[in-house]
Amino acid sequence: MIISPELFQQFIFYLFATFTVGSAMAVVTVKNTIYSALFLVLCFFNTAVLWLLIEAEFLAITLVLVYVGAVMVLFLFVVMMLDVKQAKASQLKQSYTKAALLIAAAMLVELMVLFAYKLSGQLPTNELIRQEQGYSNVSEVGMALFTTYVYPFEIAAVILLVAIVAAIMLTMRKRQGNKQMDAAKQININPAERIRVVSMKAEKPEKRHSGEES
Amino acid sequence: MRELLEFLILDNLIYILMIVLGVILTVAYLTYFERKVIAFMHVRMGPNRVGPRGLLQPFADVLKLLTKEIIFPQNANKFLFLIAPIITLATAFAAWAVVPFAEGMVLADINAGLVYVLAMTSLGVYGVIIAGWASNSKYALLGALRSAAQIVSYEIAMGFALVGVLVAAGTLNLSDIVRAQEGGIVHWYIWPLLPLFMIYYISGVAETNRAPFDVAEGESEIVAGFHVEYSGAAFALFFLGEYANMIIISALTALMFLGGWYSPFTGDSWLAQPSIFWFLAKTSFFLYAYFWLRASLPRYRYDQIMRLGWKVFIPITIVWIMVVAVMKVYHVGPWWN
Repeated sequence: MIISPELFQQFIFYLFATFTVGSAMAVVTVKNTIYSALFLVLCFFNTAVLWLLIEAEFLAITLVLVYVGAVMVLFLFVVMMLDVKQAKASQLKQSYTKAALLIAAAMLVELMVLFAYKLSGQLPTNELIRQEQGYSNVSEVGMALFTTYVYPFEIAAVILLVAIVAAIMLTMRKRQGNKQMDAAKQININPAERIRVVSMKAEKPEKRHSGEES
Repeated sequence: MRELLEFLILDNLIYILMIVLGVILTVAYLTYFERKVIAFMHVRMGPNRVGPRGLLQPFADVLKLLTKEIIFPQNANKFLFLIAPIITLATAFAAWAVVPFAEGMVLADINAGLVYVLAMTSLGVYGVIIAGWASNSKYALLGALRSAAQIVSYEIAMGFALVGVLVAAGTLNLSDIVRAQEGGIVHWYIWPLLPLFMIYYISGVAETNRAPFDVAEGESEIVAGFHVEYSGAAFALFFLGEYANMIIISALTALMFLGGWYSPFTGDSWLAQPSIFWFLAKTSFFLYAYFWLRASLPRYRYDQIMRLGWKVFIPITIVWIMVVAVMKVYHVGPWWN
């Protein structure tokens, strides 16, 4: 049996798309929070594969690097430290269903509007735009970020920096009686200030009491 | 299509097998080498019973590990407990796909090679976290938390050091990074990027949880850290993954700062020819440095590790990226003229 490359690619796409949607569903349906976080990792992975299929390898690898390699590790950290109780099915059903449905419906409508009006005229419907062999989308992404979109890019970077500084400031509080060590102080210790060498005559040892154990 | 499939299946399978078998054999003799080097530094004999000069010791160890029982702790999550060592090993091997051993001798010559390596090595932390959590043991969880915090911290310094290489070479493709360093020892990036080179290697040692940064294992405090509950083949996989990661860190240091497969000499003599042996020799030197460090330095305290990573390495790398950028803009020779 001979499979054409196009069919093969479609087969791979549907396989990984199914995995993506399935793992995304699993994130919100499984009861164990650790499993939830791990399914989110799986979801990111499959999304990265989908991006690879449209030949955006730099973005795909960056997705794995940033979200799977850094963000989700911290998520797992928090989930493990918090020791969240496993939620019961009854709890899940009642509280957030209406709000969740509303948000999902709003997002669906927004996406449909976007696809219907914005993109229909611009994208070719059935064929991927292919570049020649030597084309590197790493440099293309870099070019776009640092020329056309340099202001949004830099502003986003500054906002992130402010967020980092703010987050660190929030954790910096001095507790009373905190014995945290200051490395600079430790290194700059002068031994002469700490110990005093006293010269004195040798003393005779005192005689031991007779009842004491030796 | 049939040709494509045959190519995919046959050639790549052979390459993959060669790389995997090579790495496994290297790991086996790396353990022998490690014990011999440390024994020499401690003025001991090291393994010398199995085979001539103890050369068959690694195989004896492997056989022993594989025939042992895998013990599951009570209430351990069996699925996650089993999958953790597999994740560690898979990510350690996956990074080898883009490593160029010599000119054109590379499995996948992709443009985003450097980012790919960074992404794959950053995934190794999942094996550690999952193992620590699934073991249902406080020592394992403590070790996993320490290890994860350490890996996440040092990854930043490591990433910044790689940004310096990226600025210097102007490409993310590992083969092109090596090609940019052609022309003898003075053209290697170790000279203009000396601080980044040192930070990269030290961060690499910290990333692989080796001495003097091995608080994650810290046998005097938390027994053996995240893999304390593992035995038999499952432990062997963790061991294999750790050593494969050490080899890849050494190989990447050789590729990015020491000109990979290029000879340090110039001219027409046989010594000046680029070959895979230069690459292997450079990699071996950094592997030796791992054991050298282990035998000579005491373990860092945990807060000292964090301070070194965040307050020393990251500022230095940021400053040196600027320096590299300025050097590149003004075409400082002999690297950028």
